[in-house]
Amino acid sequence: MRKLEENIFKIIMIACTLIVSSTLFMIVYTIFSKGLGSLNWDMVSKIPEGGFYIGKGGGILNAIIGSLYISIGATILGLVISIPIVIYINIYAKKNSMLTTITRLSYDILFGIPSIVYGAFGFTIMVYMGLKTSLLAGIITVTLLIIPILVRTMDEVVRVVPEDMKNSVYSLGGTRYETAKIVLRQSIPGIITAILLSFGRAIGDAACVLFTAGFTDSIPTSLDQPAATLPLSIFFQLSSPIQEVQNRAYASAVVLTIIVLIVSITAKTASKNLSKNKI
Amino acid sequence: MILQPHISIQNLNVHIGDNHILKNINLDFPDKKVTTLIGPSGCGKTTLLKTMNRLLDHQTDVRVEGKVLVDGENIYDPKVEVTHIRKKMGLLSQRPFPLPMNIYDNVAYGHRIHGKHKKNELDAIVEKYLRGVNLWDEVKDRLKSPATRLSIGQQQRLCLARGLAIEPEIILGDEPTSALDPISTQAIEELFMQLKDKYTIVLVTHILRQARRVSDYIGFVYMGEIIEFGPTEEILLNPKEKLTKEYVKGFLS
Repeated sequence: MRKLEENIFKIIMIACTLIVSSTLFMIVYTIFSKGLGSLNWDMVSKIPEGGFYIGKGGGILNAIIGSLYISIGATILGLVISIPIVIYINIYAKKNSMLTTITRLSYDILFGIPSIVYGAFGFTIMVYMGLKTSLLAGIITVTLLIIPILVRTMDEVVRVVPEDMKNSVYSLGGTRYETAKIVLRQSIPGIITAILLSFGRAIGDAACVLFTAGFTDSIPTSLDQPAATLPLSIFFQLSSPIQEVQNRAYASAVVLTIIVLIVSITAKTASKNLSKNKI
Repeated sequence: MILQPHISIQNLNVHIGDNHILKNINLDFPDKKVTTLIGPSGCGKTTLLKTMNRLLDHQTDVRVEGKVLVDGENIYDPKVEVTHIRKKMGLLSQRPFPLPMNIYDNVAYGHRIHGKHKKNELDAIVEKYLRGVNLWDEVKDRLKSPATRLSIGQQQRLCLARGLAIEPEIILGDEPTSALDPISTQAIEELFMQLKDKYTIVLVTHILRQARRVSDYIGFVYMGEIIEFGPTEEILLNPKEKLTKEYVKGFLS
């Protein structure tokens, strides 16, 4: 009887694992099999020419550059805002004080808010600030989206730095600021994971940039110009009835996947090397 | 026998939340001697140690009443700069925590944050204090490798060197050998014996044999109170209080 129980449970576990891993495999297989055929050098090196969306020449360089601008910009801006938050709630504020509890609760809630809500909120801010749909508005909205991810992921690693490690710095006569620097240094691998997660989220999110960054066929040259993004580019191409344009949508998805893969592999390697050599 | 007290604790009471952790402590730590605080787990000896360099400041809900005088200066005086107090004391924790940097930078760290940056000065300091803890010969060829690659016993000696490098007058040790193997423990204990000519050393331990090996004076702490304080021999062989007698004989633990 117990043996049977064990076996049934084992089968369920294996089935679930298979479902998840085969889904991943099928996603990758679908976009690569449909997209690789249309992926060529023109695709990644040219901006759309007239009639691109009805099957004429050109590429998606506008969306690649736009997406990189927005996600890199948002990740940097997000870090600049979240690192002080993390340091404050872990080192300056007293443990379990009202303020830290409220901060942690609020980013937990923000974490769960769907990105379309951020998009709508970003749109409101944009109108309020008198901005048009632009690179800047896109970066600001995506930053709002990823701050909870950054704060939450970094908070989790900074929180587990042992109390005695901080006490060592204090007992050498270190100030809280100096202690914070040591704690951050100790948490570098975790901080890299945080950057990675939020970059992935930033580059893949369509809803946030839909109202705020706009869409354009040219490459933005300043912050107040609209910017195209890969997710939206995929969406527009996929909505086309023309088979060739649809295939290009898959090719764009391949590009997006490859960018995310490159970033995560580089960051993982970097974090491994850092933790091996510096810490 | 009159000894000039280096650290003098007067009417100290510590509350954490609703718990009265330390009750009316009055204690003088003699200058340039090793004093150990012994007592069962949870009796407040670590809290007492942390009170001496104000590490309790960072905990929530802590109330400290009374005075801790170091060189005649009350460290709980609001006018006192806390980093200045802590610089006078080196702390060794239960487990060594090397800073996330290389061996050299670990020892140089204290000086760097206090504003010394000249390379030749730092080189001399690093060598002096690594020699001081008998670590120099073991690490001189790999000063630039991460401190975490050292064995845990070497790490604890590195942490001691790091603390000594800022030229404190006092060394506080919170069960500094509890994570170490017997050989590393012996190395640390021998260091304390060498260092007590220059420093006032206060150790927390729950190992009576260690207290006997290293200390000149013993304070017995029980339920947040100092039950008895005196020279090592007297406390271990001829205690006056019944509680001390029971603890030393191993009835209380």
